Amino acid sequence: MDRPFGLLAELTYRCPLACAYCSNPLELAAYDDELSTADWQRVFTEAAEMGVLQCHLSGGEPLLRRDLVDLVRTAAELGMYTNLVTSAIGFSRPRAEALRAAGLDHVQVSVQADEPGTSDRIAGIPSFERKLKAAAVVKDLGWPLTVNVVLHRQNIDRIAEIVALVEELDADRVELANTQYYGWAMRNRAALLPSRDQLARAEEVVRDARDRLGGRMEIVHVLPDYYSEYPKPCMGGWASRQLTVAPNGDALPCPAAQTLPLPRASVREDSLATIWDEAPMFTAFRGTGWMQDPCRTCERRELDFGGCRCQAFLLTGDATRTDPVCHLSPDHGLVTGPVEEANAGSRPVDELLVARPHRG
Amino acid sequence: MSNDTGLTPSPAPAAPPALPDTARPRLGPHLRLRFDRSRGKHVLLGPESVIVLNGTGADVVGLCDGSRTVAAIVDELRGRYERPVDHEVRDFLARMAARRHVILEETM
Repeated sequence: MDRPFGLLAELTYRCPLACAYCSNPLELAAYDDELSTADWQRVFTEAAEMGVLQCHLSGGEPLLRRDLVDLVRTAAELGMYTNLVTSAIGFSRPRAEALRAAGLDHVQVSVQADEPGTSDRIAGIPSFERKLKAAAVVKDLGWPLTVNVVLHRQNIDRIAEIVALVEELDADRVELANTQYYGWAMRNRAALLPSRDQLARAEEVVRDARDRLGGRMEIVHVLPDYYSEYPKPCMGGWASRQLTVAPNGDALPCPAAQTLPLPRASVREDSLATIWDEAPMFTAFRGTGWMQDPCRTCERRELDFGGCRCQAFLLTGDATRTDPVCHLSPDHGLVTGPVEEANAGSRPVDELLVARPHRG
Repeated sequence: MSNDTGLTPSPAPAAPPALPDTARPRLGPHLRLRFDRSRGKHVLLGPESVIVLNGTGADVVGLCDGSRTVAAIVDELRGRYERPVDHEVRDFLARMAARRHVILEETM
């Protein structure tokens, strides 16, 4: 069995922002009982022993953990590449300097739009200016900077301006990632799913930006899988390359997997290695034995692994079915329906969003 | 946060840039080379990427110090391995450069 390369440590689901596209679970209160500092340090040690090389510190907002500097130090001392995934709220200069000294390798700052009006409306609090300041601190302290922008119907038409902002921030990488429909994003899908025309215009902007900035900035553009012919090879195969630990200690093959009807696996009860090797949550969809038709006999079954198990479950109620994104799926209509609605001429681009609650 | 799990795949690399003999490759600013005991191989770690290197790859990356030229790296490894490595090394460096894992400093 392969050993995981990356650990996504979701330190807390508390967050000062309230983005309606958040992929955190809907039942946020179930995660209030967070792992202690010592718990996380043990998890990091077990992960490093298993061969995990990258530690992504995420959330919620990881800066809300008062022990973040200690956790970074532990992960860095274990030799893992440490990546902070943050809204930048709480990323003060002294805090940043302490994280730098603790060995943090990389910072990813989220930005919701290119200007304060839209950005603050989506984030739910005035945060745009603070994000720009934080990005400047990241560069000033000599870190590589990634800016992540989640794209959707309400900001994708500003993609040229967004790229210009990211250029101005002197980012080393930008992720222009269309929303994936889990958690709060699924609840808001109708208001978030862009139209075909919006996507085509955005692709043109990205192509031009790549030509212009190719040598200076890496541009990652993640298209919405609802518009693709085949599903995404989710996580590079179920429980094969990555694992996630949720704030309450639940161990998951991916951050959306808490929705699946499988027995919980918790780092409070078992070691990470035991969970990786034996827990049904991890073994259920490894390999191809679980597949139904059309995946079972499809020549792409080792390329995209039947797509996303969580999306199959979310849309069909059966996690062993083909991801409905696939045009070969008998359930493909569950995806083309919302896509056609998103392309109806009468559909506005500024429908009301249901914000996830602030917690923290 | 989220919908940004820090786990997005790397983009398809652009066309490889030209690889002049006089360019001086160095590791990209956000990358770290280390030996991974559990796999017994060198790995190149970046914000969203783990590249497991074979022996030659690790040797090439180890020589990308920003002072050696492409030609010097080829010479050094030809001596070390006692076989022609020109094509192999250049091909590897071009692919690494296309993904910005290696930056090519031009000699002035």
